[in-house]
Amino acid sequence: MSDKKPISSVNDFVVRFANVNGSGSASANEMFARAILRHGVPVSPRNIFPSNIQGLPTWYEVRVTEDGHLGARGGVDMMVAMNPQTWDKDVAGIEPGGYLFYDSTKPMPSTRFRDDITVIGVPLTAITNSTYTDPRQRQLFKNIIYLGSLSALLDMDPKLIEQLIGEQYKGKEKLLSSNVHALHLGRDWALQNLKCPIGLRVKKSDKVGDRIFIEGNSAAALGAVYGGATVCAWYPITPSSSVAEAFTAHCKKYRHDPETGKAKYAIVQGEDELASIGIVIGASWNGARAFTATSGPGISLMTEFIGLSYFAEIPAVIMNIQRAGPSTGMPTRTQQCDIIACAYASHGDTKHVLLFPEDPAEAFEFAAAAFDLAERLQTTIFLMLDLDIGMNHRLCRPLKWDDARQYDRGKVMTAEMLEEGRDFGRYLDVDGDGIPYRTYPGTHPTRGSYFTRGTSRDRYARYSEEGSVYADNMQRLVRKFETAQDLVPRPLQANAERPTKYGVIYFGSTSPAMDEAIGLLEARGHQLDRLRIRAFPFHSSVASFLAEHDFVYVVEQNRDSQLRQLIVNENGIDPVRLVPIVHYDGTPITARFIAKAIGDHQDHLKVTPLRKAVS
Amino acid sequence: MTYIAKPKFHHPGLKKNELGYTHRDYEGKISTLCAGCGHDSITASIIEACYELSIEPHRVAKISGIGCSSKTPDYFLGNSHGFNSVHGRMPSVLTGANLANRDLIYLGVSGDGDSASIGFGQFAHSIRRGVNMTYIVENNGVYGLTKGQFSATADRGSKSKKGVTNTDNAIDLVAIALQLGATFVARSFSGDKTQLVPLIAAAIRHKGASFIDVISPCIAFNNHAGSTKSFDYVREHNDAVNRLDVLVGRDPIAVDYAPGTVQLVEQHDGSRIALRKIDADYDPHDRLGAQTFLAKHAAKGQIVTGLLYVDPDAEDLHAHLDTVETPLNTLEADTLCPGSAVLDKINASLR
Repeated sequence: MSDKKPISSVNDFVVRFANVNGSGSASANEMFARAILRHGVPVSPRNIFPSNIQGLPTWYEVRVTEDGHLGARGGVDMMVAMNPQTWDKDVAGIEPGGYLFYDSTKPMPSTRFRDDITVIGVPLTAITNSTYTDPRQRQLFKNIIYLGSLSALLDMDPKLIEQLIGEQYKGKEKLLSSNVHALHLGRDWALQNLKCPIGLRVKKSDKVGDRIFIEGNSAAALGAVYGGATVCAWYPITPSSSVAEAFTAHCKKYRHDPETGKAKYAIVQGEDELASIGIVIGASWNGARAFTATSGPGISLMTEFIGLSYFAEIPAVIMNIQRAGPSTGMPTRTQQCDIIACAYASHGDTKHVLLFPEDPAEAFEFAAAAFDLAERLQTTIFLMLDLDIGMNHRLCRPLKWDDARQYDRGKVMTAEMLEEGRDFGRYLDVDGDGIPYRTYPGTHPTRGSYFTRGTSRDRYARYSEEGSVYADNMQRLVRKFETAQDLVPRPLQANAERPTKYGVIYFGSTSPAMDEAIGLLEARGHQLDRLRIRAFPFHSSVASFLAEHDFVYVVEQNRDSQLRQLIVNENGIDPVRLVPIVHYDGTPITARFIAKAIGDHQDHLKVTPLRKAVS
Repeated sequence: MTYIAKPKFHHPGLKKNELGYTHRDYEGKISTLCAGCGHDSITASIIEACYELSIEPHRVAKISGIGCSSKTPDYFLGNSHGFNSVHGRMPSVLTGANLANRDLIYLGVSGDGDSASIGFGQFAHSIRRGVNMTYIVENNGVYGLTKGQFSATADRGSKSKKGVTNTDNAIDLVAIALQLGATFVARSFSGDKTQLVPLIAAAIRHKGASFIDVISPCIAFNNHAGSTKSFDYVREHNDAVNRLDVLVGRDPIAVDYAPGTVQLVEQHDGSRIALRKIDADYDPHDRLGAQTFLAKHAAKGQIVTGLLYVDPDAEDLHAHLDTVETPLNTLEADTLCPGSAVLDKINASLR
């Protein structure tokens, strides 16, 4: 049937599942990804889903990658086409020489296939219907049956899948055995009726190591638990809701008093994002560690309070799981598009600290660190995740915690300090770092109380509209932001093998695609030094990196190259030297895209200048 | 007027409460509101109530939004922390503060613009949640700081100072608070301190969402003929259902009441409210009855005041969330952080 040689690849291919939302495919698909991991082969799965609960198309893509390239690759080597609605587009998306797996119960006209791919039909519905009578069982087990067939086609070890089923249905013997049965129904049919394995194969390896497989939102929520957050207020919004849901689940497990059973946390689902951030600010003002999780539209709503947090100097942690904007944008698609909105959120002169984790492991670390930073700097800290990190399982290094670590509660004047006669000025810069002392409400009967306002006041929190007093305070806030530079996670630099005048800056979820792109670019002869920015305000090493290179590419997932704007603005440098590489269609950026965009620009740079050519 | 320092001296014979504090210890800075403003009378009532309850001033957190009323927390309890937050957002800030430390007393001060217009949602949801607080709305039916625009509590048909007739229906925050499950609901008048002071005291002692709507005439923009929030109008239409005394501790009732005229309500914290009935048939434990009573009297143009509803066994948000007795803001890594051994197990479960 094929007129193109079938793709042959071991541990390096992309399988995409096309499903109908709500059909129960997610757990079977995730099990497929986990099963490959159990073979010691890294995978990078991604959910591609609509803003819908039931009925619309959804895809799950698994990149099998022995080399550990965890970014999206682009292209599909095998399509598991389970959704008639998207059939044509799905079939068209397969790489030449690729494979199409489909339910062959109903015959399909040959015009619906392609000549340059291998078509694999398994009568899934027929097998399911002859085994199960209950409609819901039919739907769910069909997913496990195709998983069984794929295990045979891709030469996977069925014992490893059985082990996963065993872990998932531990203690539920009936479910366990029926799932294993369904798995073998599919596997046996494939072994008996098809040529197994196909050109794509999974072979046992040892490339996973001790890495874990976790969603960024869950890791960030765990970071909040470890970081000592006791108050969480939130309002449901995709793709951030699972942060609060995971925080709730983690707290239920780890945050109840063993004796009384009472909760050492308070979670409130607010009536909107305004209330959520208001609760966070009220709790933080009163000395608790508090956070909210939201996405772009929520950030827009919170901006008045964010300005209050900046000016009245109240800690707050906001986890922003970015999605495509503006307005409602594309709620289920990824972008890094709130950089400017968060860096300068609110009216008046404001600047905020942003943290850019690259994966769930950093999301955990930075989430915990955000609470220290918020209390140390007495301001809002944004943890800037995105849907790609937040809602996908990502292979990452194990989470680590040092038991000797204490929380940095920042500069808090206690009753004892007040009793000693320490001079308390709520906005008094006693240490020269721009950070004043604060007191918690209820500390001392006669000392240390103050009136918190969003309007101007002097160093002792007394109301004032004097211009010089206002300007003095605004200058101190600048000093405080300078202090922040050295407290936030520093950029990480990796230099090319040979000295080069070209550099690339990137951040957040672009990381795995960038790492892979460097290899592709090197193969094309392009040497680039890399700087991964992990926080705003920018550390001085960002300015040094810019000074050391003629051209610096800034790779990001938004239209207006927002990080580049921020770098230009904050460092006052010539924008021409910063070349924007932007990807913003809502899909995760790929190594192929980056390598092509930078490679083309590099090739262009090597063209003899016109003036030279004609002279 | 903030540049005028308030003199610290006081009469040596000034009465002291159980804690040894005088009235002056419950005062704040000099008010910058207009002379004769109803809000200043409410400030005085808050000071009086806190003095009488022998509250330690620094154990109160006073939180407000934006507007004339929201400025007032600066004018009482000068040794308390205050937070003049964002317009209409006092309830969320107070909710968060309350979650952080359940041991303080939370006094939310707001206005009709702050709570019935921009902050209507936050007002409603904080009441729904049963936050343990005393929520006072200083209600003058008008935007004072921006010079006289109608607020959402202005009655339909009432006239502004400039002669404009309000055509929008009014929001009655008391009716809404009753509907949303507030467990202590009262209305009073800034010009009636004898009614207001014990209401504030009882609300502070109530464990749950206490709401007091205080009609507080705006001397500058809403005290003219045609206004339904003027001193004259409120005095003429005030229909008090009861007056009360708050009895703290185990002291026997000192006042002699005529039999059948007093209803004793024991609150969760052991304090008692002696309700002197004015309307013999009014039952402050009947939420539905209160709602009907209020609606009937509002239709007649009467302003019902007094303790309109109280549930002495109310629960608060902390009870709903089943939080620990220790204030959350005092917990440290030793009790909050599950530690590396647990993390290792979590890691193992993610492979």
